[in-house]
Amino acid sequence: MAETLQNLALGFGVALAPGVLLYAFVGCLVGTLVGVLPGVGPLAGISLLLPATFGLDATRAIVLLAGIYYGAMYGGSTTSILMRIPGEAASVMTCIDGYEMARRGRAGAALAIAAVGSFVAGTLSVVALMLLAPPLANFALRLGPPENFALLLLGLLVLAYMSGGSMLKSLAMASLGLMLGMVGIDPMSGYFRFAFGVVELGDGIGVVPLAVGLFGIAEVLVTAGKPTPPLVQQPRLRELLPSREEWRQSVGPIGRGTLLGFLIGIIPGSAHIISSFVSYAVERRLSRRPEEFGRGAVAGVAGPESANNAATSGAFVPMLALGVPSGPIPAVMLAALMVHGVSPGPLLIQQAPALFWGFIASMYVGNLMLLILNLPLVGLFVNVLRVPYGFLYPAIVVFCVLGVYAVNGSMVDVWIAVTMGVLGWLLRMLQFETAPIVLGAILAPLLEMSLRQSLAMSDGHYGIFVTRPLTATLLAVGVLLLLLGLRASIARGLDWRGRLALAEKGDQS
Amino acid sequence: MLTIDRVGGGGLALVALWMLWESRRLPLGSWREPGPAAMPTALALTALTLGVAIVASGAAAARLEAAGWGGAHRALIIVGACVFLALGLERLGYRPTVLVTLLVLVGVVERRGLLPAAVFAVAVAWGSFFLFNTLLRVPLPRGPFGL
Repeated sequence: MAETLQNLALGFGVALAPGVLLYAFVGCLVGTLVGVLPGVGPLAGISLLLPATFGLDATRAIVLLAGIYYGAMYGGSTTSILMRIPGEAASVMTCIDGYEMARRGRAGAALAIAAVGSFVAGTLSVVALMLLAPPLANFALRLGPPENFALLLLGLLVLAYMSGGSMLKSLAMASLGLMLGMVGIDPMSGYFRFAFGVVELGDGIGVVPLAVGLFGIAEVLVTAGKPTPPLVQQPRLRELLPSREEWRQSVGPIGRGTLLGFLIGIIPGSAHIISSFVSYAVERRLSRRPEEFGRGAVAGVAGPESANNAATSGAFVPMLALGVPSGPIPAVMLAALMVHGVSPGPLLIQQAPALFWGFIASMYVGNLMLLILNLPLVGLFVNVLRVPYGFLYPAIVVFCVLGVYAVNGSMVDVWIAVTMGVLGWLLRMLQFETAPIVLGAILAPLLEMSLRQSLAMSDGHYGIFVTRPLTATLLAVGVLLLLLGLRASIARGLDWRGRLALAEKGDQS
Repeated sequence: MLTIDRVGGGGLALVALWMLWESRRLPLGSWREPGPAAMPTALALTALTLGVAIVASGAAAARLEAAGWGGAHRALIIVGACVFLALGLERLGYRPTVLVTLLVLVGVVERRGLLPAAVFAVAVAWGSFFLFNTLLRVPLPRGPFGL
């Protein structure tokens, strides 16, 4: 414990340096804007700003990008409460009771509860991240290629299981992503695969064009045909303070949301979205007056908002400790660190303690900044929503193309992003989830490498995957999840994933 | 009857078949020592199976026409704008390409008036160039006009 505190002191030394502090603030500000604006999710925001971090050192870059990630979680609540439009997907559940509170004149209180809940959850989950990541990294150092293979495969299966809707469709999208990940030079034999003479494809399909296309451009294409958004509810600053009763009602949901969010965040999948859904369901079940849910229940705002913020910190645990991204957003951040010559994984804490602990400390500071930003400045952020969408989306399109081009100065990347944008739009229209594609494309080379290394270790015997206890356990859990997911597809009625899909669909329409 | 699942599953199956076809050019290796075509082949077979399963179970899904294609016309215009950006960026330069794209999207497609569209287009084109190229030192193409 003393060592942890000593390391944290080192981290605060880094995080409180004026340069790092400035980038944490910029990240939080941009993240809040990204969260407020419907159609620009945290993934697109992070991908677009990735080139802007190239001139920075790794610590400032990761602090800036993480600020955007958790800033978006804060900002997403604003549009949900004031307009009943989720600024980003994790805020879908906040729309239900947040907007009802706003309609009853409690918009300010709802915003304050969401901001305080997000702050508490964000801060407590960073404590958990700080305590959990180092021992997990030590444990991960003992893993070999077979365990890595099983872990990566399990990650994909968990992602497919945790996604809302049909597991079959999620698995199909993961397999599409894995196929895309096969493009490029085979690292073991040097063969060009599926590059069709395009030299730039030798390095494979980049994460940024893939993510910007599937999440940035596709989102603009999906939103283009939708009707104009409803009027914004106007909160007054003096209404921002919740009543004593509202505070009392929000304490329990914030605590439970924090715990649930962090635990779900560690698991691969769209954790921040699922955590808010699970938290809402738990609060409704525990409530003495469940009939209030949907009519402006305080717990319906406090729980999900705390959960989606805690999930962001949880998602950093496998990314920092194992070097395994738990979803598309940590995957892009992983790529960002690699651009700066830092390899996240078990050795990160030992090799780059200033970066790791500086990042942890910056999250404490960032959460405090967001609390300050989100309460008094809410009126300012609401004004951004008054920018007509006819001006907004053309600018988003330009920034998508600019962001992709700036990464490598490559037009091939721009064409990939445009193609992925059209693909993402078509898939969204056909109700297929696109997040598994990004994760599949990132994990494919790692998965293939660990499989072939495992076979080299065992002289070509596949028994290596069942004779090593941890590998066998991980694979068994994966098979179990697969069977559970497929059973739900065959059985009649809706399981929790079906209900999640319906809830998301309902709030988007 | 065409449903969204049947179209989506069918599309995936076609992509998988194409990948299988392309994989034949690469050495497959052996069961014990997989070659560069082994993983793509295995993945394509998995995707093919999943695609066929989605098609087979897709009768109860929503009809393709009901998927809400009302905005497709505008979406195609935006795709056209993206293609113009991709074609023009290095040929015309960053600022002229962005200027024309924004003028067309805001002024013509969204009908926001030519003056507001022009002011907006100039501000975004020159502002983003200044931010990225000058301040953040990310080199952007200038094209034959030096713009």
